[in-house]
Amino acid sequence: MPFDAAAYLKKESGAVTEIDIDHFNAYYGNFQALREISLAIPKNRVTAFIGPSGCGKTTLLRWINRMNDIVPTARAEGKLQLGNADILSKYTDVVDLRRQVGIVFQKPNPFPKSIYDNVAYGPRLHLRLSRSELDGLVEWSLRKAAVWEEVKDRLRKPALALSGGQQQRVCIARAIATGPQVLLMDEPCSALDPISTSSIEDLVYELRQQYTIVMVTHNMQQASRVSDMTAFFYQGRVIEYGPTDQIFARPQQKQTEDYVTGKFG
Amino acid sequence: MSDDHLYSPQRLQQAHPGRLRSLRRRHRLDYLFVRFCQATAWCSVAILAFILAAILFQGLPGLDWKFISSAPSATPAEAGIRPALFGSLWVCGVCALLTLPIGVATAIFLEEFKPRERAMRALHGFIQLNISNLAGVPSVVYGIIGLTAFGGMFGLMGGANRPVVQIGAKYYDQFISEGKRILLVPAKNANSPPAPLASGLTAFTLAGERVAVNVIRPGASLPLSQALRNRTLRSTAEAGRISHKAWYYFRFPLGRGVLTGGLTLMLVVLPTVIIASQEALRAVPKSLREASLGIGATPWQTVRNVTLPAATPGIMTGAILAMSRAIGEAAPVLIICGIVYIGSSPGNLMDDFSVMPLQIFNWAARPQSEFHRVAAQGIIVLLAVLLTFNAIAVLIRNRTQRPFS
Repeated sequence: MPFDAAAYLKKESGAVTEIDIDHFNAYYGNFQALREISLAIPKNRVTAFIGPSGCGKTTLLRWINRMNDIVPTARAEGKLQLGNADILSKYTDVVDLRRQVGIVFQKPNPFPKSIYDNVAYGPRLHLRLSRSELDGLVEWSLRKAAVWEEVKDRLRKPALALSGGQQQRVCIARAIATGPQVLLMDEPCSALDPISTSSIEDLVYELRQQYTIVMVTHNMQQASRVSDMTAFFYQGRVIEYGPTDQIFARPQQKQTEDYVTGKFG
Repeated sequence: MSDDHLYSPQRLQQAHPGRLRSLRRRHRLDYLFVRFCQATAWCSVAILAFILAAILFQGLPGLDWKFISSAPSATPAEAGIRPALFGSLWVCGVCALLTLPIGVATAIFLEEFKPRERAMRALHGFIQLNISNLAGVPSVVYGIIGLTAFGGMFGLMGGANRPVVQIGAKYYDQFISEGKRILLVPAKNANSPPAPLASGLTAFTLAGERVAVNVIRPGASLPLSQALRNRTLRSTAEAGRISHKAWYYFRFPLGRGVLTGGLTLMLVVLPTVIIASQEALRAVPKSLREASLGIGATPWQTVRNVTLPAATPGIMTGAILAMSRAIGEAAPVLIICGIVYIGSSPGNLMDDFSVMPLQIFNWAARPQSEFHRVAAQGIIVLLAVLLTFNAIAVLIRNRTQRPFS
C-alpha cells in the first residue's frame, strides 16, 4: 500500500499541506522529465528531494515558482497548487508567485552590486519604502540569514567580495527580503566548503519555523540532518516519499534502500 | 587494467622508444610559433606607424588654427576644414543619437525577449537573419537607400528638392538699389511669384525694421530725407528670392541635409551595434537573470537593473567601433550630399553639409601637389577627432565598468 503522506502529516504532526502536487508531468520538448508526481509538501517543514543526477528533482523545484517559464521548450501538466492557487494556470501572475515562492540557487549568484543593494533588490521591486524602512528590512533579512554580524560594517561593499558561504547567505537574505512563504533551495551547499555548509544547514533548520522549505540535495547526510520529509526521485518518478527518519532507517522500497545506503547513485 | 596491458601508456612508451616526440623539437616549435605571432603583430604596428609618419610629415608643417577655422578655398594656402569638421560632428551626433537607442533596444528584443509561439519565433529568426545579412551590405548601397527613402521619401510626396512641408523657413524677395540699400519683401513660399512692386508694400530692412516701400520712376531723383531714401526703390529694381531658416527648420521629405546623412549612417552602423550589443547581452551570466526573475522581477525590471548594466561595457565597445566607422565613412555620404562647395557649417538639421572624409577626398583628387598637403592636414584633423571621441567613450565605459560604486 502506497504511503499517504498527507494523511500521515495531518495525523502525526498537525502540519498542513502547503504545496499540493498530484499527477504532475513535466516535459522538455519531447522528453518527459517527470512522470506522475504526487507529493504533499507540508507547511513550515523542510522537505528534501534526493536522487541521482538527472532524475528530475531540480525540474520539479523550478516548476514550483515557474522558473522553467524561461526555458522555451519546457511545459508541464497536472496539479500543482500553492495553498488553493493553481501554479500552472495561465492566469497566475508569475511575478507575484515568485514573490511568495523565493528561490536560492546552487551557485551563489549575488548581483554585482553592494551587499545592501543585493538584499534591497527584491523589496525595491515590490514596495515603495522609506530609507529607514528599507534599512530596517535589509538588517532584518541579513539577521534572519545569519550573516548580519559578518557584513554589518561593509554593507556598501561589493557582495562579490564575500566568501562563497557568506555570498550564499546574502542570497538567502535576498530571497527572504520579499517575504515569501516558501523557500526553494537548489543544492544550496554544493559549491561550499564544510564549514559554510554547516552554517547554511543551521540556518535552514532555523528558517523552517517561518518558511516552508523545499531543498534539493545530493548530500544524503544533509538530507537526514536538516529535513523533516524526504522524497526519493529516480528516473523522473518519485519512488518513495515520507518522513526523513523513515526514508533513511526503514525505507519501504528496494531502490530507496540501495540509494540511501550508497549501493548506487 | 594493469600497467603492462597491451595499450597501457607505460607499455606503449617502452615498446616504441624511437617514436617518442623530441621534447627539444616541441619546445623549439613552440618558441618559433610565439615569435611568428609577435612578428605579425609588429608588422601591423609598423605599417600603421609608417602611414602615420608619412601623413604627419606631409601635413604637420602647414597645420595651424587657420586651417581648422576657415572654409575650403581654391587657393591651397587659404583652404580650411571648418564646414566639413562641423558637418562630420553634426552628422555623427545625429547618427549616434539615433543608433544607440534603436540598436540597443533591438538587441534587447532579440536576446532577452525570445518568443515562445511558433509564428513569433519565425519572425524573430527572420529579423536576426536580416540583421546578420545587412552587416555585409556595401555602404554605398545604404547611400542610395538613404537618398531614396529619407531624402526623397520614394518620390511619394514632393521630392528631395521639392518639400511638401516646411517649418521654420521664411522667404523674401530681396531688392538692391544703388548697390547698398537692401529691402526684403516677404513672400508666401519658395516658388510663389514675386509681388508687384508698388508704394506701400510692406518690407523689412536688413536691421529687421518694418517699413513701407516707396517706389519711384527709373529716372527720378532720390528723395533727400535719409529715412525716406532708405525705403525707396526704383520701379525697375530686380527681385531675388532668398530664404531665412531658423535653427529648428524642418522639411519633409528630408532632402539632402544633415538629418538624411545621419539616418543613412545609422543604417550603415546599426547592424554592427546590434550584433555587438547582442554579444554583450549574451555574455551576461544566466544565473544573474535567474536571480532577478526568481525574486519576482518582471523581464523589463531584470533588463533594466541587472542585464543591461552588466552588458554596458560590451555595448559601449561596439558603439565606439560603430561611431569610428561612421565618422570615417565617405561613400554613402557622397551619395547624399555630393561633392559641392560648402562654405559654412550646418545651421539646422536640413542644411547642406560636407564631411571630413569627402573634403579630404576632394583635396587629394586635385592635381596640384599643394592640395595633397592640405589633404594630409585634413587627415590629421580627422584622426585627432576620431581619437578624441574614442578616448571619451573609453573613459565613459571604464566609469560604468565599476559596478560597485
